[in-house]
Amino acid sequence: MKEIALHLLDLAENSVSAGAKTVKITVCEDQNADLLTAVIEDDGRGMTPEMVKMVTDPFFTSRTTRKVGLGIPLFKAAAEACGGGLEIQSTPGVGTRVEARFQHSHIDRMPLGNLPATFLGLSVAHPEVHWIFHYTARANGAQECFEYDDQPVKQTLDGLPITHPEVLAWLRSMLEEGIGAAQKILNA
Amino acid sequence: MPTVKSLEDLKKIREEALKKREIKSSPGSVQIVVGMGTPGIAAGARETLKEILNYIEEKNLTNITVRQTGNIGRDSWEPIVQVVVGENAPVTYGKVTPAAARQIMEQHVVGGKIVNDYVIPA
Repeated sequence: MKEIALHLLDLAENSVSAGAKTVKITVCEDQNADLLTAVIEDDGRGMTPEMVKMVTDPFFTSRTTRKVGLGIPLFKAAAEACGGGLEIQSTPGVGTRVEARFQHSHIDRMPLGNLPATFLGLSVAHPEVHWIFHYTARANGAQECFEYDDQPVKQTLDGLPITHPEVLAWLRSMLEEGIGAAQKILNA
Repeated sequence: MPTVKSLEDLKKIREEALKKREIKSSPGSVQIVVGMGTPGIAAGARETLKEILNYIEEKNLTNITVRQTGNIGRDSWEPIVQVVVGENAPVTYGKVTPAAARQIMEQHVVGGKIVNDYVIPA
């Protein structure tokens, strides 16, 4: 996976599989502190410390009863290769928080990628989940934020499908324009 | 806050849609599911989903539900898309690139004809 936004989609899919009702994704591109942070928090069923160890290092156990993918170990390795890291905090029955950090200017850092496409897909194709998306850009001492909470949107739709073409157009342009506007303050 | 203003736009969209629904009888519904597990995403499933949503938007299609799901377990066929038209049996497509997705939307979802080239053999 060549985009941070694709890894976030992968992590979000884990949250949905864990039965999360609310998932919050926070991305901050901070050029002042030379840091890119991505956090995903959910209220899914959570993991025991042993399970956390297992999803971060798939070779930690020889147990084969539970399928463990390589999504998280690869994302962790990518973060560590860029002067950052990945941490998982999880409590069974409460939820999980995954935080990945990258040195923003690191030459090997994968691009953030198409964050609006990731957010649009999640919001439309998992309508049963309450999604909260935050994007912040910081550069030259300035800050721009974009925030999207899909609950007021679903309340407004009030039964009109989220896949209605005009709703899709509205959602897509709102996400693209909102995040694009915030990103304008970043240095090239 | 631009979001508040945007919600007003969304209300208008809803009102307009409801008006239209009163005069238009609703055809059979279509359900589309895109596999979005790690192998699917790595194979480009997000772009496939994006193309499906773009197509719905572009062609102004209604009565289509789009979902994404976790790992389907047929990794070598990713990206995988399942299409269910009305009461018909589900059709599972493999190696669905954005171009293939567009073809499936055109021929199967709109035209009602299964695109055999992409159907995963059982």
